[in-house]
Amino acid sequence: MASVTMEAAAERQAQDRQPGGEALFRALCFSAATLLLASLAGVVASLAIGGWPAFRAFGLGFLTSTEWNPVTEVYGAAGPIVGTVVTSLLSLALALPLALGVSIFLVEFCPRTVARPVAIAVELLAGIPSIVYGMWGLFVLAPWFATHVQLPLMMHLDPDSWIGHLLYGVPNGANIFTASLILAIMILPYMSAVFRELLLTIPAQVREAAYGLGATPFEAVTQVLLPYVRRGGVGVIMLGLGRALGETMAVTFIIGNSHGFPHSLFDSGSTIASTIANEFAEATSDMHTSALIALGLVLFVLTFAVLAIARLLLATQKH
Amino acid sequence: MDRALRRRIANGLFVGLCIAATLVALGALVLILWSLLTQGVGGIDLKIFTMTQPAPGSPGGLANAIVGSLMMCALAMVLAVVVGVLAGTWLAEYGGRTTYGQIVRFLNDVLLSAPSILVGLFVYQLLVRPFHGFSAYAGAVALALLAAPIVTRTTEDMLTLQPNTLREAGMALGAGRGLVIRSIIWKAAGAGLLTGGLLGFARISGETAPLLFTSLGNQFFSTNMSQPMASLPTTIFQFALSAYDDWRRLAWVGALLIAVAVLAVNTIGRLLARETHRP
Repeated sequence: MASVTMEAAAERQAQDRQPGGEALFRALCFSAATLLLASLAGVVASLAIGGWPAFRAFGLGFLTSTEWNPVTEVYGAAGPIVGTVVTSLLSLALALPLALGVSIFLVEFCPRTVARPVAIAVELLAGIPSIVYGMWGLFVLAPWFATHVQLPLMMHLDPDSWIGHLLYGVPNGANIFTASLILAIMILPYMSAVFRELLLTIPAQVREAAYGLGATPFEAVTQVLLPYVRRGGVGVIMLGLGRALGETMAVTFIIGNSHGFPHSLFDSGSTIASTIANEFAEATSDMHTSALIALGLVLFVLTFAVLAIARLLLATQKH
Repeated sequence: MDRALRRRIANGLFVGLCIAATLVALGALVLILWSLLTQGVGGIDLKIFTMTQPAPGSPGGLANAIVGSLMMCALAMVLAVVVGVLAGTWLAEYGGRTTYGQIVRFLNDVLLSAPSILVGLFVYQLLVRPFHGFSAYAGAVALALLAAPIVTRTTEDMLTLQPNTLREAGMALGAGRGLVIRSIIWKAAGAGLLTGGLLGFARISGETAPLLFTSLGNQFFSTNMSQPMASLPTTIFQFALSAYDDWRRLAWVGALLIAVAVLAVNTIGRLLARETHRP
């Protein structure tokens, strides 16, 4: 009995040592890696093929026209494109100081025993699903914003001044600005986590040198530590921007979903992602579907460029 | 004002602003969780888990959506773990340093943060349009494509953490490279691989956008994966934007369930990851 199992074990080992099994396993691993590459290529190819009819029909006008009319079959994507860029940049402007503040506080000032639970709590924000942010935005943030910010502003601002124009809108809370606010909360935990990692990679000598020269923590952070991680810092900003560009459900809930070109910060609008989410399942004509997929290709090009730059900057910082 | 005082005030202001930023972030978390609890907890009862989604005005629950979500996420995780663990293993053990390996790693990172709605469009073109029908299979494939990059990334990180002496010991016993990876390295990195799976699961269980045009949604109870299937996120989307108060209440309950599940899985994953990082 014992010798039989010994033999079986030896045989099994011999089989495993056979170059065939080894090569098979290696090939399996290789094809899995290639599958990931292929799926990204598939995304690009499917968007390009699906969007081709729209690009052929409208040419460059697809990117510059603001008319989006499924009834007359005329599609111009300038409204959603501008909405996407504006909400993303605005959310970045709101999230960046917060993310910097959180990460600097956690790494430089906070006692270690407090830092860990606080860091976990902030990272929990990243775990909340997009649709929950959307519901919260629609049912809690938007009504609050309408009664406590929009209405008072409308009563006190001169509607003909430039700031009156900038902040003009229907006071229901669903607009470009509140969408950006939600986006800012959503990208904040990603940005602060990577910032924190960057700050932690700074060698202790750099800090010691700064403090040795008599710098205050403020001076050490702004004049020595932040410049030290400049490349990676720009990478973090791009990473946040990439996330904000593609965020779908939260924005769909709260941006108001109107097609035209947004005229003010408190105007309702749309983004590429929200337009696709709203209309795709209900698109009746082939040209409508194609226009939505073409929008998807625009979004892909935008996010791919931004994310690629982010990854390159972050990779070079670490070396 | 003398210079030292000015520097001290600037410094105090800076520290204060950093603390304020942290409080804002924590405040946002508390506000969101508070809304979920106050709006959602009251609606949780047995009906949520036993009855399917109602017509407006009649009693009902989310059973079909919960089951649908679980089925699609389960299939997606099987696909994502198989592909992700193998791909991560290739990056860590075989070809990670080659040019091709670096390209794969780079594009995997891009895929990791690519907009999920685009993955939905891709699967729509790949599986829904050619076969003329929305299906739970298509939904699961879309979710798998979103989870796989996370599993790949975590797998690679966890395998590179394993000491080389483990590999040498295995080789010295006469085992081939693949056998060493499968029976020694994977086992040593077990908790880490599980973490990758959990993080991937946490990512996809709340995903809505890619399901809107792959699995679509279904108001009836269905376990047929080749047909449209309900899921919690798409049901929440539909109910929250409806005009009916009872549907909205159900949407809050669904949101609470999803948020609690995702946060729990996320936390377990992170705790596990911490265990494995500790040598």
